[in-house]
Amino acid sequence: MVVFEKPKSLTDIPMHYCPGCTHGIIHRLVAEAIDTLGIEGKTIGIAPVGCSVMAYDYFACDMIEAAHGRAPAIATGVKRSLPENIVFTYQGDGDLASIGLCETVSTAARGENITIIFVNNAIYGMTGGQMAPTSLIGQVTQTSPYGRDPKTAGYPIQICELLATLEAPAYLERVTVNNVKNIRNAKKAIEKAFRYQLEGKGFSLIEVLSSCPTNWGMTPQKALEWIDEKMIPQYPLGVFRDKEA
Amino acid sequence: MPEKVLMKGNEAIAEAAILAGCRHYFGYPITPQTEVAAYMSKRMPKIGGTFLQAESEIAAINMVYGVASTGKRAMTSSSSPGIALKCEGISYLAGADLPALIVNVQRGGPGLGGIQPSQSDYFLATRGPGHGDFHVLVLAPASVQEMADLTFKAFELADKYRMPAMLLADGTMGQMMEPVVLPAPAEHFIEKPWAVTGTECKRPHNIANSLFLLPEVLERMNFERFERYARVEEEEPMWESFLMEDAEICLVSFGITARVSRNAIVQARKEGLKAGMIRPKTLWPFPKKPLLEAAGKVKSFISVELSMGQMREDVELAVRCQKPVYLCNRTGGMIPTPEEVLQSIRKANEEGG
Repeated sequence: MVVFEKPKSLTDIPMHYCPGCTHGIIHRLVAEAIDTLGIEGKTIGIAPVGCSVMAYDYFACDMIEAAHGRAPAIATGVKRSLPENIVFTYQGDGDLASIGLCETVSTAARGENITIIFVNNAIYGMTGGQMAPTSLIGQVTQTSPYGRDPKTAGYPIQICELLATLEAPAYLERVTVNNVKNIRNAKKAIEKAFRYQLEGKGFSLIEVLSSCPTNWGMTPQKALEWIDEKMIPQYPLGVFRDKEA
Repeated sequence: MPEKVLMKGNEAIAEAAILAGCRHYFGYPITPQTEVAAYMSKRMPKIGGTFLQAESEIAAINMVYGVASTGKRAMTSSSSPGIALKCEGISYLAGADLPALIVNVQRGGPGLGGIQPSQSDYFLATRGPGHGDFHVLVLAPASVQEMADLTFKAFELADKYRMPAMLLADGTMGQMMEPVVLPAPAEHFIEKPWAVTGTECKRPHNIANSLFLLPEVLERMNFERFERYARVEEEEPMWESFLMEDAEICLVSFGITARVSRNAIVQARKEGLKAGMIRPKTLWPFPKKPLLEAAGKVKSFISVELSMGQMREDVELAVRCQKPVYLCNRTGGMIPTPEEVLQSIRKANEEGG
């Protein structure tokens, strides 16, 4: 009897992520949600530019690779063309909260019936660890070598709080995947976001606090602890909008 | 008899796009093409289509990218500064081999420039509007009738060759009214097995993508794409010849300046000056063959255009510098009078070739 297997919605292509990176867990949670809802055949995913740029190879559903930050605009086009399909974007913090902030806010404001999986690890991973819009005050990165100084680099952008000022979004929640309990919560949130889209409720975004041991310069274990110690105080977990609640 | 209707150029574009089967329009307001968006915002909701005023030109072209990925006909329209913003998305469309229509109702530049007619996006359009090695089809209407016909044609060519097409009009073409016979609604569409529509768990997943990290693979993709472009250059150039049979001076002009040139040529003929014109209807592919043939017969060429001589370079290349190519131009939103063009014909006649 099989008690544990790879979700059908993931391909067999080996992932390129660094050891200890939580992208693999988040990919799995998205794939599990698609499997559970039985929507693999009608789901269309949009990959970003950043560490998860090759997500189009990992998800078994139809996929589109976007220009940096533009995934929500592409998702809008896809959903307007195929309103019966399920459309999600998978984006990192540089992609969604910096270069694509305009697309993010505008898509949320229109209440497009799509789902965004927003992976926030407070750093640009793919390019080797530069300061992100979500980097913490004092956080040392390649482009904030003396720590992020709010006098010159401003303050972290809290995406869920920002989008919660808008009328249209149906569901906004921040979760993390740094322990089993949190992974279970994240799984529930991601599944709910896809379900809301199926039910036509409108725009949903799940922000997932994620670790980057490589560019944070930590062991994987320490990186997971850093989420509890440093990230959650800046980015509190919880539901910021739930139109059904 | 097909019915003639009086339409503005920008409206003719919009209606012809709908007749071509386009049901998804994404735009952002900019003078002098806003009538396209206004027309679409009225028509699309009534025919079950999408009109969406995007948050930016960049978002609009990416919405087009989304629809194009699903295999349906989509378009955006803008004017020069807005087209510059769309270049990122146009490059991605080309890199993912996606068909789409981009309408550029040109205005003067550079920078914010002005809002009067111009043809100074010639380089931008014909050299591949964006980063990387690629081309888009560039069609250049010279009447409201052609605004409709070439819009329709652009969708067909884009699908046929899996590449973006740009309708390169100008502010005059967009704003003027003329009688038009609209095309019959498109009935036959090319199958698009590559489209991203959901696998229905019946086929391997389709991916719309322009990322190829292995240099060998990316090079092969580029080579293959340029083999397709070579076919386009062989089969698709369009042009109109005017009084070229005995011409000694060949004007080359497109869009609004071709109409001014036509008047000037008629006047020149009255003075006994044997002028004619080759009017490109496609700027990429550029009609090189008729120009090269003409180079064997005429004394000189005059490139008549609303830019600092951008098209002149293509004329010189096409005629392989066998004959002088003079320039008769205005820029910044100014349009030459027939008298100015006539002067350039007289001058070319004096200087010979």
